[in-house]
Amino acid sequence: MKKRLRRTALYIPGNDPSMIQNAGIFGSDSIVLDLEDAVSVDEKDSARLLVRNALKNINYGDTEVIVRINSLFTPFGKEDLEVIGRVHPDGIRLPKAESAQDIQEVDSFLSRIENEEGFEENSIKIMPSIESAIGLFNVFEIVRASNRVAVINFGAEDYTSDIGAERTKEGKELFDIRTRILLAARVVGIEVQDSVFAHAHDIEGLIRETKFIKQLGFDGKSVIHPAQIEPVHQVFTPTQEEINRAKRIILAIEEAKKRKSGVISLDGRMIDAPVVAKAHRILKYAQAAGVL
Amino acid sequence: MVTNEIGRKIPEEIKGIGKLKPYIGAFKTVPVGNRMAPNIACKKRGETKIINSLKKAVKKAGIRDGMTISFHHHLRNGDYVVAMVLDLLADLGIKNLTIAPTALFPVHKSIIKHIENGVVSSIQGSVNGPIGEISSRGVFDIPVVLRSHGGRARAIEAGDIKIDIAFIAAPSADNYGNLNGIDGPSACGSLGYTMTDAMYADKVIAITDHLVDFPLSPISIPQIYVDYVVKVDKIGDPKGIMSGTLEITKNPLRLIIAQRVVQAIEASGLLQDGFSLQAGAGGTSLAVTKFVGEKMEKRGIKGSFGSGGITGYFVKMLKKNLFNTLFDVQSFDLEAVQSLKINPNHLEMSASFYANPHNKGCLVNNLDTVILGATQIDSDFNVNVNTESDGLLLHGIGGHMDTAAGAKLTIIATPLLRGRMPIVVDKVITVTTPGETVDVLVTERGIAVNPARKDLIEKFRKAKLPIKNIRDLRNEACDLTGIPEEPQLADKIIGLVEYRDGTIIDVIRGVK
Amino acid sequence: MKDQIKIGQAGTLESSDVLVFVRFSPLQKGIKIELESPSEKCFGKIIIRKIEETLNLLGIKNIYIKAQDRGALDCTISARVETAVKRAQKSIGGKEE
Repeated sequence: MKKRLRRTALYIPGNDPSMIQNAGIFGSDSIVLDLEDAVSVDEKDSARLLVRNALKNINYGDTEVIVRINSLFTPFGKEDLEVIGRVHPDGIRLPKAESAQDIQEVDSFLSRIENEEGFEENSIKIMPSIESAIGLFNVFEIVRASNRVAVINFGAEDYTSDIGAERTKEGKELFDIRTRILLAARVVGIEVQDSVFAHAHDIEGLIRETKFIKQLGFDGKSVIHPAQIEPVHQVFTPTQEEINRAKRIILAIEEAKKRKSGVISLDGRMIDAPVVAKAHRILKYAQAAGVL
Repeated sequence: MVTNEIGRKIPEEIKGIGKLKPYIGAFKTVPVGNRMAPNIACKKRGETKIINSLKKAVKKAGIRDGMTISFHHHLRNGDYVVAMVLDLLADLGIKNLTIAPTALFPVHKSIIKHIENGVVSSIQGSVNGPIGEISSRGVFDIPVVLRSHGGRARAIEAGDIKIDIAFIAAPSADNYGNLNGIDGPSACGSLGYTMTDAMYADKVIAITDHLVDFPLSPISIPQIYVDYVVKVDKIGDPKGIMSGTLEITKNPLRLIIAQRVVQAIEASGLLQDGFSLQAGAGGTSLAVTKFVGEKMEKRGIKGSFGSGGITGYFVKMLKKNLFNTLFDVQSFDLEAVQSLKINPNHLEMSASFYANPHNKGCLVNNLDTVILGATQIDSDFNVNVNTESDGLLLHGIGGHMDTAAGAKLTIIATPLLRGRMPIVVDKVITVTTPGETVDVLVTERGIAVNPARKDLIEKFRKAKLPIKNIRDLRNEACDLTGIPEEPQLADKIIGLVEYRDGTIIDVIRGVK
Repeated sequence: MKDQIKIGQAGTLESSDVLVFVRFSPLQKGIKIELESPSEKCFGKIIIRKIEETLNLLGIKNIYIKAQDRGALDCTISARVETAVKRAQKSIGGKEE
């Protein structure tokens, strides 16, 4: 499976044909065709078929195509899975994930569909979204519940509402959920994306928040407006200094391998596997941003 | 029929118009002969120019059946004058007039009845919307002759079209016929399009709603060209004349296009000291203007001029010293009017100065970059701005072919689809602007460069711009939309597209 | 019950969408499509074909459809038609006229 970057995931309202057909041109790494919060209850059926047909007919190029289905606790979720699974999205974003059982249920669903349709086994990924206290409490079992789990997200609005916290622009109330899902993601080796910054025209605020979560270790962020994509990408774009250092690290390792030397150091610091892995990561982000 | 240089079949002659010269290339025609001046006039001391009714003025001007009368479009969609004049002439029983407007707007659909009743029997210059539509349906016996701003000025100066009476809507006038557009309740800014008419028409009638004491200052149209001045209550509706503050587009797709345009300009290497730019008033163009201004500020670039239709965004750049000068042939908003009034570096220019190819050098020759639109563009980079995909003639030419010919870098900026219609086609229905003058197409799904511009292709590749073959863009569009059917056009020729040098680049057929 | 008139609607008049209205009626013989589209001349035939194809896949032989197109792509047209049909089928029919 191709290792892809997930710096940005752009939400696309699932009942908006104009946005759906243009979703791939805004430059985000992933798009999330949304059947859940963006679609009113009486249009769920309509959006489902619109998204299904889009997946069948529209070429989104290299962009990862994810569909956010309705929670399996609603009357719509199972039908969403059944219909959307058959047109092979890259992934399913599962809202309100609360337990390993939720994931396993989706996993079996997808396995059956993959089998019936002749798709490669486990090719449709699951992206659980933690949106409640119980979900966060169970996050470690959620990320381990299936091999399909590739990315974990969270929903700031629903979560803060559930725990009775005040939702602020600054986001201090999200500190715990951010660090805990990050930890869970890293323990099993999957990616983690931050929640949306809802103020679409406040680019300064967006950049501030993105810099913060990048520092924490996040791989990317969900966005709600195309104007947010470029600023987020820029935050995740390594500086020339970082790129140069990464190149030197990789060179040093290669040299060391040739010399068959044991401990490698550069500029007085030890270079071990995690450092090398990070160097590769930096170059990968640099390449995606076109600065390499 | 002969086939012209761009592959379109042109009749050798058309009844009511005369012999036609087929297009031979954008820069091949060499003009011969003299400019055609109007009759020598004489106004004695004490003779008043103020006429107390438009009816008296047209009679004094000697109005007759079959004459050619002209109008400018500086009052845009707030214009009352065209309808006012034609209503009056219809009442007087005048017939078979040729009208030569510099452009027409939706507000002018009230003159359709005069066309249907034979008061107006042909149009030279421009059509728009409903009037274009009835032209497409064959209302005229003689084809409409479409000209660009530069081509119209050329045609008037060369005598290809002789204007008997020019009607000049003047926001400000004095009693001896000095006119300007910057003051008065119907202020419109520049009067650039009407200057050629004033100088070459046999008779000139100024119609104003703001008469001031002699002498008016500043003077855009001097008294020596004006025969009569008529005061009326209103020459136009300010709301239709002026846009409020024009805003850049908020549409994310168009913003991407605007960003790509700016990247292309940068990659071309033209964004240096001395840079000059022309962009229109549409949302995407405004975004380009704004982004270019921001880049210039960031990099400390001092440009030479901004030109064309002037908007508040250009005015801001002038104030910030990002340009030395603005050349204004049309003022789009209140900011532009105000700037023209008070800033000595904001200059009014005539259509001839702007774009006439047959003088000693018009402004488009000095232009670095122009951003233009299109209804269609084909794989040879020929651009159509006149007819829609169903063949209906709905738009005039404006300054499209002029700026494209003059600018070092001509960029067509447009979404790949308009509704379900791909903008990129195999062959445009109508050629307005020839591909040899068009360099780059920028869409949200990629940039196509005219193969003749190997230098640009190289520069864009270096800058890692998303270059695609124009045929691939066409295929990408059709993959989404399906392949559209060709429109069924009638045999009857209802319009001629005259290139800026007086040759015919294409014909327009009617719709069935 | 099965002889009643059933109607359904889906889509909007927004750009790139199509508003589809369908009616099942015992008096309706065959498929009748009324199309209103700005791209009628260039895409009219393709759009009608797509609607017919969608109805065919759903096994519908007798129906009245009115489609008000605003530049929708084929995949959108067929999704809206399918939704309108299914909504009509699910609806409790009106009295016979």
